[in-house]
Amino acid sequence: MQRGTARAWFELLSSMRFAISLLTVLAIASVVGTVVKQNEPFNAYLNQFGPFWFPVFETLGIYSVYNAGWFLVILAFLVLSTSLCIVRQTRPMLREMRHFREHAREASLRQFGHQASLESAADPATTLERARSYLAGAGLRFRASTREDGVLLAAKQGSAGRAGYFLAHGAIVLICIGGLLDGDLPLKLEMAIGGKQATSGNQLIADIPESARLAAENPSFRGNVFIPEGRSASIAVLNVGDGILLQELPFTISLKRFHIDHYENGMPRRFASDILITDATGTALERTIEVNRPLEYRGITLYQSSFEDGGSILSLAVRGLARGVPGLTSLQGAVGDTLPLAAGDARYTLELTQFRAFNVEDMGAGDDAAAARAQGMARIEQHLGSGAKTPTRKNLRNVGPTYTFKLRDEAGQAREFHNYMLPIEQNGRWYLYSGTRDSQADSFRYIRFPLDNDGKLETWFAVREIMFDPARRAEIAHRFAARNAGAESAADAAGLRERLAQTAEHTLTLFADRGYESVGRFIESTVPQAERERAAEVFVRILQGVAWEAWLLARERNSEAAPQFNESHAAFLRDSIAALSDSLFYGAPVYLQLTAYDERQATVLQATRSPGKPLVFLGSLLLVLGVFAMLYIRERRLFLLLKADEVLVAMSSNRKTIDVDETFQRHVDGLREALAAPDFHPTSSRDA
Amino acid sequence: MELARTPHRPDRRSESTPPLRGEASDRTHWLRTLGPGDWLFAATLVIGAFFALRRYGASMDVYDEGILLLHVPILCAIGWHWKAFRPFLAAVALLSLASIGLYQGNLARAEQAFLLKYLISSQTAIMWMSALMFMATGAYWLGLALRSDFADKTGSALTWTATTMGTAGLFVRWYESYLIGPDIGHIPISNLYEVFVLFSLMTALLYPYYERSYATRRLGAFVLTVIAAAVAFLLWYTFSREAHQIQPLIPALQSYWMKIHVPTNFIGYGAFALSAMVGCAYLLVERGILASRLPPPRVLEDVMYKAIAIGFAFFTIATILGALWAAEAWGTYWQWDPKETWALIVWLNYAAWLHMRLTKGLRGSMLAWWSVIGLLVVSFAFLGVNMFLSGLHSYGSL
Ligand code: HEM
Repeated sequence: MQRGTARAWFELLSSMRFAISLLTVLAIASVVGTVVKQNEPFNAYLNQFGPFWFPVFETLGIYSVYNAGWFLVILAFLVLSTSLCIVRQTRPMLREMRHFREHAREASLRQFGHQASLESAADPATTLERARSYLAGAGLRFRASTREDGVLLAAKQGSAGRAGYFLAHGAIVLICIGGLLDGDLPLKLEMAIGGKQATSGNQLIADIPESARLAAENPSFRGNVFIPEGRSASIAVLNVGDGILLQELPFTISLKRFHIDHYENGMPRRFASDILITDATGTALERTIEVNRPLEYRGITLYQSSFEDGGSILSLAVRGLARGVPGLTSLQGAVGDTLPLAAGDARYTLELTQFRAFNVEDMGAGDDAAAARAQGMARIEQHLGSGAKTPTRKNLRNVGPTYTFKLRDEAGQAREFHNYMLPIEQNGRWYLYSGTRDSQADSFRYIRFPLDNDGKLETWFAVREIMFDPARRAEIAHRFAARNAGAESAADAAGLRERLAQTAEHTLTLFADRGYESVGRFIESTVPQAERERAAEVFVRILQGVAWEAWLLARERNSEAAPQFNESHAAFLRDSIAALSDSLFYGAPVYLQLTAYDERQATVLQATRSPGKPLVFLGSLLLVLGVFAMLYIRERRLFLLLKADEVLVAMSSNRKTIDVDETFQRHVDGLREALAAPDFHPTSSRDA
Repeated sequence: MELARTPHRPDRRSESTPPLRGEASDRTHWLRTLGPGDWLFAATLVIGAFFALRRYGASMDVYDEGILLLHVPILCAIGWHWKAFRPFLAAVALLSLASIGLYQGNLARAEQAFLLKYLISSQTAIMWMSALMFMATGAYWLGLALRSDFADKTGSALTWTATTMGTAGLFVRWYESYLIGPDIGHIPISNLYEVFVLFSLMTALLYPYYERSYATRRLGAFVLTVIAAAVAFLLWYTFSREAHQIQPLIPALQSYWMKIHVPTNFIGYGAFALSAMVGCAYLLVERGILASRLPPPRVLEDVMYKAIAIGFAFFTIATILGALWAAEAWGTYWQWDPKETWALIVWLNYAAWLHMRLTKGLRGSMLAWWSVIGLLVVSFAFLGVNMFLSGLHSYGSL
């Protein structure tokens, strides 16, 4: 009974149908991990799936599908099934390879799909001789057996194809085992047995407990080594779930310099680290590691994986945006630092997170609009010629350094910022860009601070201060009214001026609340649909007027001459008002302007020890050989039963293809000729 | 080595003579079938290789030279086995050399020389390929509709011409990339635009082979349809995304593996696409549609199998080459990046197909459906991953 069930299981697991189901299930299971991004920080998943689904998916191992238990079980079944299949097939396959089946019965030969009956004209000995010559000439191996119903020549070809079966299927087992050795399993095992535990990544290396450190002898790992220029490291960081483990390396790596080379168009051409490796014995090795040029040393392979900022020193000008924050102070810090920042009464912490000295961006189409509009033949003609040109050329440019930081308030809420150091030109005007976002999932929204004639931010900040100062509203509203209501007749003038001043003051009050948004809302709630557009125009004109007054006031304060009103100044006013409106949503009480930097780069090398690699590569080689052998060495068996009055020809093959029919037909024709020809000689006999 | 044993035979004479020579005689036999044309072809290849070594050797490293020399026996074998390949190869060589000659080392000549601008600069040649592929598709469908052998032959000729133009176009593109700058020059199989051209060419080169060996031109309508679809995408990609511009290689792609990994992959994709289209034909014939115009199901099934077999074999190599490359560029031979994973899915899918064919009772229309669906899986692996999923292979993104 028990043996019976074992047998049944064996048959099931080693069956072809099970294999097909397994391959299909594995394919479908693999899809899961490509749909959900793998090994992201858990916070990202929490945001994506919400608090209900997040733990469900976590239990299912969706965040790291290919290391999940259920996935490994499927793989284990593949290994098991393939191994059992090999076990099951070994004997029959070896038999097939070795034997000629020279005992095949006539009745069974007559059942073959491919069989024909030929006449034999000559005496039995001659017929035999001719048949043998034919088989040998056709490159078939054969055995002859004389029996009562005649002589059977059992011939075959391509048995080596069967060896392909062992190679290919054995290779799959090999590859899976090798892959397992290099996967997560050894680490999990070590954690379970050695009592190791992942720890949070937010602490100093020195504080990380022994329980989260792996010895240098660890046979299989993959981790990142972070080294700033001029420093060294002998520890790799392994990411495990949401935490980290530290892996000691048997040597120390020092980074002398990290290079990024660029092509002319700004695309990166080369990432390379000049490193020095020293170990306990004092041997030193100087090398350069590049993408596609790893270094193998003492069983550990080091790859250029990525690069980061290694603590560049940033000098920042702090410009107040909120009331009560001083206009201009300064600050210095290194990327990676967390600094206190006071803005008026509020306390913040400033986390400098990233710095990049070189940023290539597509500055958009300049004169290409016409090119893109071409039609018909002209359009096609634009795309003829060499592959070096395009009608709408990208305008790639290095826009200079950028940096990112987080500003965390006392409640712990952080906002992220992305600022450009250098002004960027757009349609002939210059701006400083600053992006902000609430969470990692959003993209940055940019505010553009317009630069004044001196290329400075001062004017905008002065205009802002006056425009948003409640105490000054009445004053600028009146100055605005005085300037703009002058043309009317004297009688109405006073009344009109008063009304205009009121409107201007009201507009300012509205605008200071939520910028264009509150103005828009006000229009919607008070003006009938048909007149809204005109009303909006009036408001915009008023805003420009008061902004102009604010500007003049600021100049007066500094005892500077009043500027001429011209188109360029009008454009500056429009930009200023847009930036004023946006600044109300900036989400920070200060704007941090980068004034100087001292760049320090850091390289990230990946350090791996993969004991399974040779196994996998050997398996791959065998797999290729096996697959080609199975698909292209075709096994054919040809049987010739030489009887007194006829020659029975039959052929079998382990694959059904049309060329079996053709081969059979060729053999039948060939044999007919060979057996009939009185003085037939195979070509070879003449050569001999 | 003893090739044949005859333990039961008393006759000693026969033991030593002909059977022992069996294999050797077979080989001489095969070599003797080669005519002067074959030897001329081989000689031309050898001379061509030496010409290339002398002329361009300065800009090759030892691997380049090795691969160049390796191409002599490979191309020779293909040409000996498949005669139609030779005029194709000759035409590609002539067009490419003519184009290079016309350039005179100056990229601006593409706009000045008439022949370059309107015939054999890379973009123009690829445009010609596109137009000819559409015409070939039309011709084949006409042949199918009217049972016209003439239309079929025209389709065949147009396909060859298109393939010639496209292949020459890629070679010229390779040259042009070096004219832009020596540090920019690279083989044109590095982005989605270039591999779409490659895909069209591979499929169009595989198909005539089956056309010849099964002596039927009627499948052209189906196979060329998938090529036409690829070309339509290519044109959209050119006109609306300007994707045809030659871009320098990012560091991850600066590897020798790319040169062998990508073409091998596309032999696989091309063969899978071909089998899927034959699968469509099979399903139609099985329902009696176009049955009198198309080959019988038995033949269609066989073509499907042959195509999947070659596709699977090459795709296996390609995936392994990819793993070797990944080991060098990313430090791990396999890390379940979406592109890798989808390659595995494609591979498993066709492994399942091959096993199904070996299982009794699962043949016929089930296999045809499976190979048609296989094309969807392949398309996703090829395009969908680039469009919808992100990962390390993102340089192929749309
Ligand atoms: C990733 C997994 C596998 C791959 C890539 C693979 C590949 C192949 C290939 C390419 C063939 C030749 C097909 C042909 O000639 O048309 C084949 C045949 C075969 N496979 Fe697999 N196989 C796999 C798993 C399995 C498993 C799990 C089993 C058994 C449970 C199995 C059993 C067989 C058998 C019995 C044959 C026929 C061999 C012969 O008659 O020569 N295969 N396999």
